[in-house]
Amino acid sequence: MTLTRDEVRHVAMLARLGLEPGEEDFYAEQLSAILAHIDRLREVDTDAIEPTAQVVQVGSRLREDLPEPSLPQERALTNAPETKDGFFVVKAIQESEP
Amino acid sequence: MIGMEVHAQLSTRSKMFCGCTTDYIGAPPNSTVCEVCLGMPGVLPVANARAVEQVVRTALALECEISRHTKFDRKNYFYPDLPKGYQISQYDMPMARSGRLSLGDREIRITRVHLEEDTGRLLHAGDALETASESLVDLNRSGMPLMEIVSEPDLRSAEEARDYAVELRGILRAVGASEADMEKGQLRAEANVSVRPRGSQELGVKTELKNINSFRALYRAVAYEIERQVRELEGGGRVVQETRGWSESEQRTFSQRSKEFAQDYRYFPEPDLPPLELRPDWVAQLRASLPELPGELRGRLAEQYALSKFDVEQLSQESATARLFEQTVAAGAPPKQAANWIIGNAPTLDAQRLAELIGLVVAGTINREQGVRVLEEAQASGRAPGEVVREQGLAQVSDEAQLGLVVEQVIAENPRAAADFRSGKQQALGALLARVKEATGGSANMRLAAQLLRHRLIQ
Amino acid sequence: MKRRELSAVELLEDCLGVIEREEPRIHAFVRLSEELARAQAEEADRRFSGDGQVGPLTGIPVAIKDVLCVENVETTAGSQILRGFRPPYESTAVARLRAQGAVFLGMTNCDEFAMGSSTENSGYFPTRNPHDPSRVPGGSSGGSAAAVAAGEAVFGLGTDTGGSIRQPAALCGVVGMKPTYGRVSRYGLIAFASSLDQIGPFTRMVGDAALVLQAIAGWDRRDATSVDRPVDMLSSLERGVEGLRLGLPREYFEAEGMEPGVRAAVERAVLTLERAGAELVDVRLPHTDYGLAAYYIIAPAEASSNLARFDGVRYGARAESAGNLLETYLQTRRGGFGPEVRRRIMLGTYALSAGYYDAYYLKAQKVRTLIAQDFERAFESCDAIVSATSPVVAFPIGAKVADPLAMYVCDVLTLGGNLAALPGVSIPCGTSEGLPVGLQVLAPQWADGMALRVARAYEAASNGS
Ligand SMILES: [Zn+2]
Repeated sequence: MTLTRDEVRHVAMLARLGLEPGEEDFYAEQLSAILAHIDRLREVDTDAIEPTAQVVQVGSRLREDLPEPSLPQERALTNAPETKDGFFVVKAIQESEP
Repeated sequence: MIGMEVHAQLSTRSKMFCGCTTDYIGAPPNSTVCEVCLGMPGVLPVANARAVEQVVRTALALECEISRHTKFDRKNYFYPDLPKGYQISQYDMPMARSGRLSLGDREIRITRVHLEEDTGRLLHAGDALETASESLVDLNRSGMPLMEIVSEPDLRSAEEARDYAVELRGILRAVGASEADMEKGQLRAEANVSVRPRGSQELGVKTELKNINSFRALYRAVAYEIERQVRELEGGGRVVQETRGWSESEQRTFSQRSKEFAQDYRYFPEPDLPPLELRPDWVAQLRASLPELPGELRGRLAEQYALSKFDVEQLSQESATARLFEQTVAAGAPPKQAANWIIGNAPTLDAQRLAELIGLVVAGTINREQGVRVLEEAQASGRAPGEVVREQGLAQVSDEAQLGLVVEQVIAENPRAAADFRSGKQQALGALLARVKEATGGSANMRLAAQLLRHRLIQ
Repeated sequence: MKRRELSAVELLEDCLGVIEREEPRIHAFVRLSEELARAQAEEADRRFSGDGQVGPLTGIPVAIKDVLCVENVETTAGSQILRGFRPPYESTAVARLRAQGAVFLGMTNCDEFAMGSSTENSGYFPTRNPHDPSRVPGGSSGGSAAAVAAGEAVFGLGTDTGGSIRQPAALCGVVGMKPTYGRVSRYGLIAFASSLDQIGPFTRMVGDAALVLQAIAGWDRRDATSVDRPVDMLSSLERGVEGLRLGLPREYFEAEGMEPGVRAAVERAVLTLERAGAELVDVRLPHTDYGLAAYYIIAPAEASSNLARFDGVRYGARAESAGNLLETYLQTRRGGFGPEVRRRIMLGTYALSAGYYDAYYLKAQKVRTLIAQDFERAFESCDAIVSATSPVVAFPIGAKVADPLAMYVCDVLTLGGNLAALPGVSIPCGTSEGLPVGLQVLAPQWADGMALRVARAYEAASNGS
């Protein structure tokens, strides 16, 4: 499987990773090389095999519905790049956003 | 054709995956949050058992098939109100499928019911004049337990869409899964609307309606959208698959985002949460403990108390109202009277006192108008209705001798009206009765007064 | 560690002395927490003088990998994107060490978000191998491995997603252990790949690794994937290998890129174990060739999702020049993540995206099932599996940077243990070209004690102690 430049651009946008000029080709080449190795998975017959998301069976571990203290507001905000009146601040969201 | 996607916040004490309180309305921004619902690095979710239980109870009430094996998945997208960059939701193994909800004799199929977490909230800073250059993020709502109920496109009109949502709210409240207050955002309805020519079997292109904050808005948005689509098609145009928002101020829907740039959510199984097994014995226990549902209640009220359809509808809208009705009847009030008093006066008295009041009216101790006054006084003062009647001397005058004197005096003072009646003018009796009422300050037993008047006049 | 010849403060000063001498040469730490360490050492000494509980780790200096959150101490996962982040919470493993009275020396360097096998992908600087500073210490937990190897710390904590504890332990000549998945809570471990990550110790002796694991293991209500099973790492430690069957997977001995010197050292170690009474059996792991491919879908896919939270809104660095939200995301993540992290996010996003999910992610999960079944079958005929930990010894800094696949191959012998959730220990077993070689012992799920027991038996037989 080889990636096209368009696919690289699409994936970068899905992952919200900015690309510098020329990086489409760089990633297309590198990811294609890695995928070339990964494509060997196709040799394996997995028709009758269940996928494994978690190897260890731990049963259904749920928590009781008990409230616990939250963080004080200033502790919640302390690592933020920008805050205002107790809110986190982000730049305007533009309509054209995909 | 209308299909509904309804989100309901579950009534738990703590959030879906952390111990933060669910009591966030009115709290200062970012004050009911912890490292888990803030999506800080390295933290892990642990699912709330009560939320799982409430989804199963709701799904049972909707006659769904409960999945024995279910799991959580991650729905990946970027937005500032979604702290982890993914929402923990359920994709291909929801907790329940294939249910139904009855609307009168119509049956609306339920596709699926699943559990997920709510997002935070974005506030757009600045007013309309200065174009908002920034947004504010409050994550108090982040991680609230949220249930999604998806229906098949079985609804046929704006009315049905609204009735569906109202009925669903009744069910959610009956099973105690959600307070389901639309204005508080505890119940959010999205409608998928499409139209097709009469008789056609082909599905039309659908639009998804959002921003609906009340049952009335739901009705109006769907009605508007059906009309808009019909107009579009009849004018030779086409309907575009898109998300449209409802504008309350303009009373119309407007295009929000086109589905042609469909999101790619990259769902995959949530590795931080083990799959869940909903054991059949546990599900059976929950099924056995389900309370009476609104549909069952309506059937029973109609049958057991011989009430009209109108009365049943009115009494069954809130479970507290139905409970008050049944308790009032149990305390001795005749069903029809109890229904009238409860529907007409929305009393806040307890059933015992309400039955006492109704008893006073039925027995003729006080008349209906006096009854309303006694009700108000009893509610304001907290005293029993009988006590109010005694203290204020409100009991109607039913003593024949006492009322007889008043009647004679009225005849004597209104010879013209008396003569009119005697000459066959029945209406004249009304004028005389009004005088009797006036003379007794409204406390006369009017039925008795009429009898006495006739008797004396005919003599 | 058990002998108490020094006070906690003296032991700390010893370590700080070594750190002062060695750090300019090896750069194991990204930041030291001297002040906290001194306070903890004094507190430990108060405990020793009868004022509080004393455990085997009380007063013992530890080097903590920069991916384990320490409350109010800057924790950055080796990444610029988290620079300045001070978690208002603590990882469970660290909290358990703190409760025991361990002394926190500081945060150790690692490949950014634990993605790498050489610690060269650190967002700060590369760490160097104490045995030869021109070479890598392995990775991703290279800082903790190097700190323990150089004597800067008595023990270290690392994390292992595809070999990130065992491989640097092998390359630095120390003991490193990855427990069974679910044995140690992952709460507060800045996630790389959630279904594979596991926290474990670096020590110089196997017995100390058992003590550390004993301290940090066990169910945690904050981690739904942690498991409530009895934790006993110590009672079978000294039982030896007499009568045990040790499996030798041919696929692991003939792995691609296996250096002859490494193979020779491991074969000598196997003979030592046989002389100590173990029975050697051949086992097969037929899907070994597909492990790397499955791993490099599953781990990046989970990582692409786990790393979505680094968006410059609630914590960490953010690009300030952006004019709108989308630009903020793009620039923050472009500037904050290094090249390897970006590469894996791209790969993982691609593998999960519409149209490719079945061909990549789902397929990899099925192959994962087959790999786990390989191990189950193998363990029907043996008690533990032994092999090399890494097919190569420490390589020169820069040697594999340009070729991601060459770097990924460093994990071929370790990542099977992660895919199958097995416990695994790496223990030094001689040298090749003058550099340390590691022997890997893998045991069945939950048989962490068995892995430690075999490693301890080798340690005893080879040292004669
Ligand atoms: Zn929380």
